[in-house]
Amino acid sequence: MAKVERPLSPHLQIYKPQLTSVMSIIHRGTGVFLSLGALLLCFWLLAVAAGPTIYAEMFKHLTAWYGILLLILFVFSLFYHLCNGIRHLFWDAGLGLELKATYQSGYLVVMASLLMTFITCWLGMCSVGGAA
Amino acid sequence: MAQFRLPKNSKIKPGKTYSSADGANNKKTFRVYRWDPDSGENPRIDSYEIDLDKCGPMVLDALIYIKNEIDPTLAFRRSCREGICGSCAMNVAGTNTLACINDIADVKGDVKVYPLPHLEVSKDLIPDLEHFYAQYASIKPWIQTHTPPPPDSERLQSKQERNALDGLYECILCACCSTACPSYWWNSDRYLGPAILLQAYRWIVDSRDENTGERLDDLEDPFKLYRCHTIMNCTNTCPKNLNPAKSIAEIKKLLVARTM
Repeated sequence: MAKVERPLSPHLQIYKPQLTSVMSIIHRGTGVFLSLGALLLCFWLLAVAAGPTIYAEMFKHLTAWYGILLLILFVFSLFYHLCNGIRHLFWDAGLGLELKATYQSGYLVVMASLLMTFITCWLGMCSVGGAA
Repeated sequence: MAQFRLPKNSKIKPGKTYSSADGANNKKTFRVYRWDPDSGENPRIDSYEIDLDKCGPMVLDALIYIKNEIDPTLAFRRSCREGICGSCAMNVAGTNTLACINDIADVKGDVKVYPLPHLEVSKDLIPDLEHFYAQYASIKPWIQTHTPPPPDSERLQSKQERNALDGLYECILCACCSTACPSYWWNSDRYLGPAILLQAYRWIVDSRDENTGERLDDLEDPFKLYRCHTIMNCTNTCPKNLNPAKSIAEIKKLLVARTM
């Protein structure tokens, strides 16, 4: 009998998203996004060094709606990656690996990073003078 | 590189619909993955509407009912029907579990049944577990010793030493955890996966085993062990409520500890 080419059983397509896997992929996503954010920070510093006209141009983009959105995402990525990174440090020490603790720390990370994002953005908005 | 989409021959097509529940007032539809190696066709999803009053409470009971009463061509593995053999491991309602201890009443809406994820399918709900078993053999799952046993007794353990095996020896190698792990999906050629690493840890912490160092040497590898990114899908899905993620973390700790 000729060898039949067997199918691969479905995986991502059918596996239920859950806190464990979703938080893991967001951790990776925010990590990638932060590297891009570091690039943005470099451009911002270059703009500062290049003088007022170029900085004003950059400032215009960063305070437009898409710029604000990008900055909010950047700030969220920073705090999420930081908080979840701390969660990973506990795991590496063998702590908090029970399922219940994993869910509790997961919700804590989500809430803490959202709260820190909100506070940071709010302070930022105040200092820019309500640019939005 | 991880292949996120299914290959062309694995794409799922719509299948047939069967009903054996006309006039019944306790109906449930089971949407079951089918693949027939003899047909040369792509996999499909067949729908079976059954009367729950005529079958037992578990998902496995429903599959047996379907095979006996509606469609004898349906193929799946089963044996003990009480969660100790691990044969009926499959993906039910989006997570891996043992069909025999998965209550139909816990599933809202249609019950979707697939084989364990990201494995080659032999037929219908039967995946090929050759590679999984070969990985199990690779960790040498038996006691290894250099010293002869005591002349007048077996190799004894204290109660405390024996307790170290609790939460490990209960693993039945059903492969639910490994095939729930995205990292195992993308790297199963070299990553051992949660089930096999839990088993490896079971022999590492066994006080009677005298090859702990070699066992750790063997696992100190960027792929075999360190593809675990603590996603925790393994622990989340284990039908025996064990904690493979914790075992893996303990192995990592032992590897760090011995360098200090």
